[in-house]
Amino acid sequence: MAITEDEARKVAHLARIAVKDADLPALAQELNGILHFMEQLNEVDVDGVEPMTGVEPMRLKRRQDVVTDGEMQDLILKNAPDAREGFFAVPKVVE
Amino acid sequence: MSDLNRLTISAARDGLRKGDFTSLELTEACLGAIEAAGALNAYSHKTPEKARQMAEAADQRIAAGDAPAMCGIPLGIKDLFCTKGFPSRAASRILDGFLPQYESTVTQNLWDAGAVMLGKLSMDEFAMGSSNESACYGPVVNPWKVDDRPLTPGGSSGGSAAAVAADLCLAATGTDTGGSIRQPAAFTGTVGLKPTYGRVSRWGVIAFASSLDQAGPMTKAVRDAAIMLGAMASVDAKDSTSAERPVPDYEAALSGDIRGRRIGIPREYRMEGMSDEIDALWHQAAEMLRDAGAEVVDITLPHTKYALPAYYVIAPAEASSNLARYDGVRYGRRATLGAGDGVVEMYEKTRAEGFGPEVQRRVMIGTYVLSAGFYDAYYNRARKVRALIKRDFDQVFADGIDAILTPATPSAAFGLGEMAGKDPVEMYLNDVFTVTVNLAGLPGISVPVGLDRRGLPLGMQLIGRPWDEGGLLNLAQSLESAAGFTAKPSRWW
Repeated sequence: MAITEDEARKVAHLARIAVKDADLPALAQELNGILHFMEQLNEVDVDGVEPMTGVEPMRLKRRQDVVTDGEMQDLILKNAPDAREGFFAVPKVVE
Repeated sequence: MSDLNRLTISAARDGLRKGDFTSLELTEACLGAIEAAGALNAYSHKTPEKARQMAEAADQRIAAGDAPAMCGIPLGIKDLFCTKGFPSRAASRILDGFLPQYESTVTQNLWDAGAVMLGKLSMDEFAMGSSNESACYGPVVNPWKVDDRPLTPGGSSGGSAAAVAADLCLAATGTDTGGSIRQPAAFTGTVGLKPTYGRVSRWGVIAFASSLDQAGPMTKAVRDAAIMLGAMASVDAKDSTSAERPVPDYEAALSGDIRGRRIGIPREYRMEGMSDEIDALWHQAAEMLRDAGAEVVDITLPHTKYALPAYYVIAPAEASSNLARYDGVRYGRRATLGAGDGVVEMYEKTRAEGFGPEVQRRVMIGTYVLSAGFYDAYYNRARKVRALIKRDFDQVFADGIDAILTPATPSAAFGLGEMAGKDPVEMYLNDVFTVTVNLAGLPGISVPVGLDRRGLPLGMQLIGRPWDEGGLLNLAQSLESAAGFTAKPSRWW
């Protein structure tokens, strides 16, 4: 499977990374090189193998569904590039 | 006392307890060494005032008696650990200005034990790299050199490795997703331990690939790794993958007796084109363990060859999810926007100028392998191959092997800039001996064993059974003492 320029543009958009049109051919070529390397995986017989989800057969821990932390709006907003009136602020969203 | 910064943790602990010197004196020696080592570019942020305060508090605790082993020990902290009120940027432009309002569990554990923070250590951006050249702070330089060429300290924990090798701290924290503790340790003649997945809490450590990431100690000696791991490890309710297992006394496991231990030599690790020197050193290391009473046997790990391609599907896939949080909204930098730019342009511009090329590459690869239509072909297939790689190890351990001996890296440290312009896959080959360990969640340690013919350090890796860090450290110490590696870089900086 080779990635075309159009697909590279689509991937960049899905990843929300701006890529200039002029840079798309090089990006597509680079991604193709890496994907080619990954294609070795097709040599492996994986019939009947369950995909691994974790290294230890461990049930995800459970706890009481109660509030354990909170009331720190000021700390949470402290690093925001733009925060107003207790909210994160972003450019206008018009759909 | 001069040269206190050259001490190991164990020697400093003993000296502090005897009253030979204070933590403040030890800390000042490190701060002085750091000031004189600007050319190495290891520290991205120094915290001398905080260090002095912590050292004074440690001295009081030591004077009162009953202080833990790490009390008063000055450490460097990888930039990936969130430290409350101090820059924690994963060496990325996108976290410019970020000041965590909380402390990672690992660093909190170390401070609770009385350790002293000297500052933050540079690394490859978001821990993605093997040469430290992707750091937004510029590359770290290896204190080892043999000619005019500046060498890489390895990566991603390159600042940590360089700082330990150059005595700019007594030890440092590192993190390892595919070899990021063990490869830089091997390149700098230091000891680096990646614990079993789940042994050390990931809470507050900036995430790269959550099913592979694990923090560990980077030290001057195996005993120090045992002491420091004991202080870093804990059962942590804040990390759902933290194992519910008590933390043993790792130093007590260093009995020096390895008689009857069975060491496996995996034939698949004898790579085509591997240097004679590394091969010879591998043989010597096996001999050293045999002379100490271990039994050395040939083993097979048939899926080894597929570990790198599986890793380079799984790690970028997880990274693309984890790094989605850097959107210019909640923390870090936001790009300057043009008139009429909406929220999508804000995301795209922020991430384009905030992430370096290797991070962008991996986020996009991860996005691609997780996208509709390719999920099964790449991501699910890679997870199945991962299961087979783990099964190889399970089989070997079930057959009675206690640990596996391999080289840590395919070469000694290479020159900064040497990989520039090459295919990214060539850089990925640095992890060929180490990624299998992350995929299987096992503990692995790199121990310096010798110098190559140019005089650069080479390391060997020991891989242990899950949760057997104690047994692994005991074997590593046996190898360390048989190898008698005492070389230090001669000071040029």
